[in-house]
Amino acid sequence: MILGYAGKVLEVNLSTREIKETKFNDKLLRDYIGGRGLAAKILWDRLGNKWEKVDPLGPENILLLLTGPLTGFFPGGRTCVSGKSPQSNGVIGSTVAGEFSVELKCAGYDGIIVTGEAEKPAYLFVKDEDVEIRDASNVWGKDAKQTVSILTKECRELLNKRFPKKGEWKEPAILYIGPAGENKVRTAVVAAKWTHAAGYGGYGAVMGSKKLKAVVVKGSMPLPEVADMEKVKELIRVVCDDVYESELWRRWGTGSAGYEVGAKTSSEPIRNWQEEWHNEKSFGVDQFESKVWVKPYWGDFGCPTTCLKIAVVKTGKFKGAITDNPDYELQAYLGTNLGIFTPEENVFLASLIDDLGLCGIQTGNVMGFTAELFQRKILTKDDLDGLELKWGDAEAFAALAKKIAFREGMGNLLAEGTYRAALKIGKMKGVDVLQYAVQSKGIGIGAHGIRSEKDYPESYSYACSVQGGDHTSTACLPLDDFRSELIMTFNDSAVYCYFNIFGVPRNLKFEFYKAVTGIELTQEDWVNTKALRILQLQRAMLLLGGPDLKWKPKIHDSNPPRFYEPLPSGPYRGKTVDRAKVEGEIRRYYEAVGWDENGIPKTEVLKKLGLDDVDNALEKLR
Amino acid sequence: MRLPTEKKQIWIARDLSRCSGCRRCEIACSLFHEKRIWPEASRIRIFMLVPGTDFPHFCAQCEDYPCVQACPAKALSVSRETGAVLVDKEACIACGQCVEACPGRIPHMHPTEDYILICDLCGGEPQCVKVCQEGSWNVLRIVSKGDYSYNLYARKPEEIARNLALKIYGEEGDKLI
Repeated sequence: MILGYAGKVLEVNLSTREIKETKFNDKLLRDYIGGRGLAAKILWDRLGNKWEKVDPLGPENILLLLTGPLTGFFPGGRTCVSGKSPQSNGVIGSTVAGEFSVELKCAGYDGIIVTGEAEKPAYLFVKDEDVEIRDASNVWGKDAKQTVSILTKECRELLNKRFPKKGEWKEPAILYIGPAGENKVRTAVVAAKWTHAAGYGGYGAVMGSKKLKAVVVKGSMPLPEVADMEKVKELIRVVCDDVYESELWRRWGTGSAGYEVGAKTSSEPIRNWQEEWHNEKSFGVDQFESKVWVKPYWGDFGCPTTCLKIAVVKTGKFKGAITDNPDYELQAYLGTNLGIFTPEENVFLASLIDDLGLCGIQTGNVMGFTAELFQRKILTKDDLDGLELKWGDAEAFAALAKKIAFREGMGNLLAEGTYRAALKIGKMKGVDVLQYAVQSKGIGIGAHGIRSEKDYPESYSYACSVQGGDHTSTACLPLDDFRSELIMTFNDSAVYCYFNIFGVPRNLKFEFYKAVTGIELTQEDWVNTKALRILQLQRAMLLLGGPDLKWKPKIHDSNPPRFYEPLPSGPYRGKTVDRAKVEGEIRRYYEAVGWDENGIPKTEVLKKLGLDDVDNALEKLR
Repeated sequence: MRLPTEKKQIWIARDLSRCSGCRRCEIACSLFHEKRIWPEASRIRIFMLVPGTDFPHFCAQCEDYPCVQACPAKALSVSRETGAVLVDKEACIACGQCVEACPGRIPHMHPTEDYILICDLCGGEPQCVKVCQEGSWNVLRIVSKGDYSYNLYARKPEEIARNLALKIYGEEGDKLI
């Protein structure tokens, strides 16, 4: 058994209520590590031969909650959530911060595989080897804050009753869905601690389709044995010292970017990306700091960065709104992208989005898209059930978010996400509205534009990513670049927060991996073999797609039309992405990762990686 | 009055509302005492009954040491040197009476062994304070032990969580616990 792992995975079939333990052999764990890599492997092995037919929101889909060998040891604990994505129909390694993964490893499990579909709302309660499927009817329909509060109380009482002499039990860790997940909204998240979310992928809808409201875990064992604890301690110190010294992400989190990414790099979505530059000083980090941040540092297990800041609106119209920061992505998507430029309105919307269990990025993307259609009079007040969706009207967007979460009226259509909604609205109105959809392969693009070339400079960042619009996993050359999708795959497979590695030597993560597992892994071996293998699996499942949508590289390995419009304002006014140049760069990227001119992984590359079955499955696409 | 030359006992001053919830104290404590990263075996524990109200819960060294007095097995004693409560693992019968006696229900049972866990100040150099200071959180700070009612800091997790929720979230805090 490889060190650093608990050594087994919990497998729960919600249809049959069967609970068992599954073990993965050492070779498989060496190759796929954990988290995102392991998720791709499990999904391919179990669903690969029928991938195109698997409905992401049907009982045959598999929900994965996975840790990695570095989880709990590397500062900044996260959990990787995966499955067949109801957004891209491929596989996303979506991670969420918090103590869940640490509790899970301490309970003796490296992950949870959830299959089937519960008959009625259920939650899973794991206390070490005691695992039970419990009735969730008292929390079904409840928002994030109510769910956390009820389940924390209920499960602590259970623990106190079962172990009366133990003393006070700390709260167990909880992953849950809000009403949006229950209603199978494709922009729903799997969330933790009110404000933390695995957003990309739409796995809240998968959890909802299985009628699984939450997973609650208390582990009382230590984290697994490691190969060299002294070395682990030393490397933790290197990471922490760097973070404390550099203060990068620590003081403001990403909360300074709501102003800076607009004002300085011209790459912030504004009114559905019609602009990417603004100079609204009302949205400066100092305003968030002095008006709404009541707790300046909030973090998760072992994290020196604590990039989160708790924000509360204590007076005025939006009194009572609570969220974290908001971080940059939500400043942009629930702020500037909707024409909103004040901390109070931004906190109000982020708080509501948390409560509903929606993804701030994806929902902000589809709401911005809708507002632009309203601006262009393609959608009317009548289409929107009486809503005047004007830029900057936080209350109108709040009303729309609720409609989406509960699939009411127009919300039912928008709950399908920007791309699917665009197809339907286009048909309904007889207008091509895909030109206003800022997404890639069903996934709304993260709040970092490429037109100014000052932020995410690759013209193919999103076009070639196996995770579509996910800004935390973008395509980049050379393949071993710090920002490359292949390097990001390591963070999400070993499962820790990459915000803690910005300032440390690039090789530290592999040294850390060796100190924990005892296994030598070079960056070269990772990039050229292991990560490349995971990438091919993800690419294969993305292209096989289905059942409702399929992606054709010639059409869909491209940027949203908006990115080819010149920037209309700011210091980079006029700059845009050159179509001819992108095509050349996409081909260069295909070549580097071993895809043919049509974007399909090449036979010889797949065979060399031992993926013969993937090669067979892709034959029909060639 | 102590003489200036006399070695003073320490106390860990605690500013609960500053806690970031980074839990490095739990990691440091369990590594020191158990040689493993083991949150449930840490003598200092971060409770987060309401998100954002993370706080450390650990022995306050009450002047009257009710836990020591309540122990039927004489397994608990007070260190002359540090003033910390010491647990005699062999003598402890894991009856839990010290938990009941503690106004904050702070002692808790070792997750796998039959003895109680109480902060022993690491013999005078608390590891939790070191890491907390490294991060300059200043939640935990070593001060000289004075003539104060330290038992005020021995409160139950629910009570502390409620206080902090109201302090941080205002009236909303009431609905959140």
